[in-house]
Amino acid sequence: MTDINSQHPLELDAPRFSVRKPEARYDKQGEKPDAERVQAALLSFIKDCSRPIATYLESCIHCGQCAQACHFYVASRDPKYTPVWKLEPFKRAYQREAGPFALFFNAFNLKPEVTLAELEAWQELLYDSCTLCGRCTLICPMGIDIAALVGLARHAMYEAGLVPHELWAVAERAEREGSPLGATAKVLKERVEWLADDHAIEIPLDKPRADIMVTLSSIEIMKYPGSIVALARVLNAMGSDWTLRSDGYEATNFGMLSGNSRWQKDSTLRIINAAIACGAQTVILPECGHAYGALRWQGANMYGKPLPFEALHISEFLAASVASGKLRLRKLDKSLTFHDPCQVSRRGGATQAPREVLKALGVDLREMPASGDFNWCCGGGGGVVTIHRADPLRYRAFEIKMRQIDATGAELAVTSCANCRQSFDDGQAHFKWGRTMGSLLETVAANLAGQAQ
Amino acid sequence: MELLDFARGPALAAALAIMFSGIAWRLFGIFRLRNQPDYSAPRSTALWAGRLRGIVSRMWPHPEFRASATLATTNGYLYHLGLAIIIFAYPPHIHFIERLTGVRWPPLPEPVFYIAVALTIVSLFVALLYRITDPVLKLLSNFDDYFTWFVVMFAVLTGMLAIEHPFRPGVPLPPPGHPLLVTVHLLAVELLFIWLPFGKLAHAFLVFVSRGTTGAAMARRGARP
Repeated sequence: MTDINSQHPLELDAPRFSVRKPEARYDKQGEKPDAERVQAALLSFIKDCSRPIATYLESCIHCGQCAQACHFYVASRDPKYTPVWKLEPFKRAYQREAGPFALFFNAFNLKPEVTLAELEAWQELLYDSCTLCGRCTLICPMGIDIAALVGLARHAMYEAGLVPHELWAVAERAEREGSPLGATAKVLKERVEWLADDHAIEIPLDKPRADIMVTLSSIEIMKYPGSIVALARVLNAMGSDWTLRSDGYEATNFGMLSGNSRWQKDSTLRIINAAIACGAQTVILPECGHAYGALRWQGANMYGKPLPFEALHISEFLAASVASGKLRLRKLDKSLTFHDPCQVSRRGGATQAPREVLKALGVDLREMPASGDFNWCCGGGGGVVTIHRADPLRYRAFEIKMRQIDATGAELAVTSCANCRQSFDDGQAHFKWGRTMGSLLETVAANLAGQAQ
Repeated sequence: MELLDFARGPALAAALAIMFSGIAWRLFGIFRLRNQPDYSAPRSTALWAGRLRGIVSRMWPHPEFRASATLATTNGYLYHLGLAIIIFAYPPHIHFIERLTGVRWPPLPEPVFYIAVALTIVSLFVALLYRITDPVLKLLSNFDDYFTWFVVMFAVLTGMLAIEHPFRPGVPLPPPGHPLLVTVHLLAVELLFIWLPFGKLAHAFLVFVSRGTTGAAMARRGARP
């Protein structure tokens, strides 16, 4: 793996961080024979088939409504982007190999065997054109959790060595260095020292004991360091006993996004072990959508037992602090629209938390035409923003978002996900759009009661 | 044995046996699989309420999706309701069910039945037209979709043909009509019974399992079911 750095160098000056390898339509890892790749993919998928998954795979009535909920289909009108179609080879494999009538399907070859060419073609559908946003799940009249199925299909694609190389490379880097974007423990320490000096603020790192352990997204560390300062301002203003830990600070989980369960577990355990080591009662997850899902909803299952601490998204923490009176905010006399990160709101159940914070800020909240649980994704989640060949389609999907935000006429736009922010920054640069997506946390930190603006 | 006797007797018994054992086998195929434990701290433990919410809330598209989903949903409701009226409110069918189960209930007025038949046939054709012209549905559709449509339509049309006398207000329906047409209708319905557990008609029971599964999972997260 030593040539990863030279083959896929980080582009730290680009609007969003990633590595570039756009020329191939599909990528392959490893040197497995074709048959082994297919076998590995299908075995992985079938092994993952639990009761809920089998229920979903049995239930599709081919109504096609999920297409209308998907930003990639709506933007392109290409039927191949219909969410449930993205599962087609895996549905077929399940019916042929594991479903209740598998013997029948297999014996009469009623469901043809999945081929490597199909899996290669489906790489684009499972990675480039799915952000795992779950809007399709919400519209499905059968209640099929299509996003969860795509997540499992990604496990299978990883086992086959069929992951888009840029996503694979950042996931591999995260496993090797502890961060997908080069935000190693050493870089974190340097950043924290620099930010503490520059902003004359205390940012505790590696305290042996603390009530609250804070985690970050490497996007924040490398691109939005203002979020770290904002977090310190808020926590210090509340008099919290908190710390960052260099042995468990990275909350993004590219193992999960790429489909590698082992890497997902490694990333999760780093945070859990660091929190246990410092005796944290609360772990705050950063402004990052998938980081929330990875620890809040999947973390305990990776750990194999309930987490010994409370895991809160930063917006939940802020809302709880406002409600308890620990956090007092100055009124912000502006109109504002909020972009919901899919994994925090629709998939995470914390839709109201940011709205409670915004209410405390006294803003004129102007909801988008579809907002909250029904929000359109920014188009960059699920690792899509790392895949350069997906850019043209992603930009088309992003146009939905621009129209939505423009329609509100709000002065400010904020979100609580750094990955969404970088997708917005990239879209803003691409379209020369006159709007910038801000951070809920930074907006709160800039409006703490009793502090100079 | 006359063909009608065969259709009324052994064929019906065999079709019902296949249907019920097929349903049982398909459900067993799902429920035999493990349900992985979820150790995450639940936001709500009212999972049965979540299941029910999941089942009920997806009966009609949410306002956010109505622009795209209302036509297909309305058309779907038309033939589902139409079929329900045909099956459960037409006197010969009530008699048929009474013969099998001993349970009977009063029929709906005959004009309602005829309107239901007309709406069902029209909406089934609309559904087929939609399926063969819409690019998304064309891509998704396979043998199951078209055969299921055929099986349902075949049962409805043969049923129509089996009624020899057109409806006349105030005149009671005549006794069973031409034996061959009744036989064909019975065999068509038996084909539907046999196909039900194997194809997409299984959504008649899977809809509750699938919606309930997501409803419970989302309730656990405090998310919209």
